[in-house]
Amino acid sequence: MSKMHVKLNVNGQEVEGLAEPRTLLIHFLRENLNITGPHIGCETSHCGACTVDLNGKSVKSCTVFVAQANGSDVTTVEGLTNDDGSLGVIQEMFREHHGLQCGFCTPGMITRAHRLLQEKPNPTEEEVRFGMAGNLCRCTGYQNIVKAILASADMMNAQKEAAE
Amino acid sequence: MIPAGFEYHRPADIASALSLLQTHGDEARVIAGGHSLIPMMKLRMADLSHLIDLQDIEGLKGITISADTVTIGAMTTQNELITNDELSRRIPILREAALLIADPQVRYVGTVGGNVANGDPGNDMPGLMQCLGAVYTMEGPDGSRAVAARDFYEAAYFTAREDEEILTQITIPAPSMSGFAYEKQKRKIGDYATAAAAVMVGGGNASVAMTNLSDTPIYSAEASDALAKGDVDGCVAAALDAIDPQEDMRGPIAFKKHVAEVILRRAIAKAQERAA
Repeated sequence: MSKMHVKLNVNGQEVEGLAEPRTLLIHFLRENLNITGPHIGCETSHCGACTVDLNGKSVKSCTVFVAQANGSDVTTVEGLTNDDGSLGVIQEMFREHHGLQCGFCTPGMITRAHRLLQEKPNPTEEEVRFGMAGNLCRCTGYQNIVKAILASADMMNAQKEAAE
Repeated sequence: MIPAGFEYHRPADIASALSLLQTHGDEARVIAGGHSLIPMMKLRMADLSHLIDLQDIEGLKGITISADTVTIGAMTTQNELITNDELSRRIPILREAALLIADPQVRYVGTVGGNVANGDPGNDMPGLMQCLGAVYTMEGPDGSRAVAARDFYEAAYFTAREDEEILTQITIPAPSMSGFAYEKQKRKIGDYATAAAAVMVGGGNASVAMTNLSDTPIYSAEASDALAKGDVDGCVAAALDAIDPQEDMRGPIAFKKHVAEVILRRAIAKAQERAA
């Protein structure tokens, strides 16, 4: 099968490359673009470690062909840092609240939490748990992940208020 | 897990998509959200050499709400369905059921059209659409035709849709019954139902359908009639008589029938309470 020309905007940068249509978005990101934040966990759309933001939606990039994503905007965990390269709010709160142990699920968790907080800036704990249900963690028992996301919401709202 | 190679097409309108389907015959498949098809392709259980992506076809998108009906474009995602407040006000059971499908990431991508067209007995929308008396519109080389959801499902993955047809929209008559409930027992988030039931009731009418308890969704006219008369035990007996669950990793047949009864009784109780 012949390769196709793929153009994406990843973390604000226009990128392009050649890939077979059957290439999964996660493989294109990791292998062609060397963007290794999104992880390959189960590869069967269960675990959420490969979660990226695709045109403003959280998706499991193991279940999207790069052909489908062609022309799209993609945000990965690498794109959620501050402009100066320091940790973004959600990343910082995961660190502060020990929202990770081995860290394998963390890029997916943070990328999903980013979209959740864009849509629901003041979530309840229940809404956080429901909104994060597509991401599995085998270390933490989720308690500190939920705490980190709730703390991120508070921090982001405080920052927004301060800016106004 | 990488699927076999294929040629990728992204037509801009339905006529081009139909033409591609005709040209490539059974070597072609359309893809909507792809969250049923892509896993099957990765397992090499779905075999195709032409993939026709419907994402650019504007005519397949959108929800239209009129006085008598609601029309849902096939490419409407579960998340779009959940977040449409007017739709949730008019037919709240749609949102209740959609929230029980898969997980947030899958609901952003998974479509209502794909869910009903795939013919997987585990999908939740087919039983719900039977309960609601929905009608599916399909476009093919000879024009469009409509098939009732209650007549659409023939066996697992076999439906009334022909290979060269595309399911384009779902039309739901405005429900006359105010009581509703979609109840689902699943082992974990993201799983298909061990048993699920869709119930509408009110004003002397009722409608009952069940999910993943046969190789098709099961609408039961007998169960619906019994519930319309207020005969809950008769309704449950008729529904349990209509299903034909098979043993699998979700449990043996006796267990599934047990869960089916529990779930159906819960759905009936909730629907009746809401109708009151």
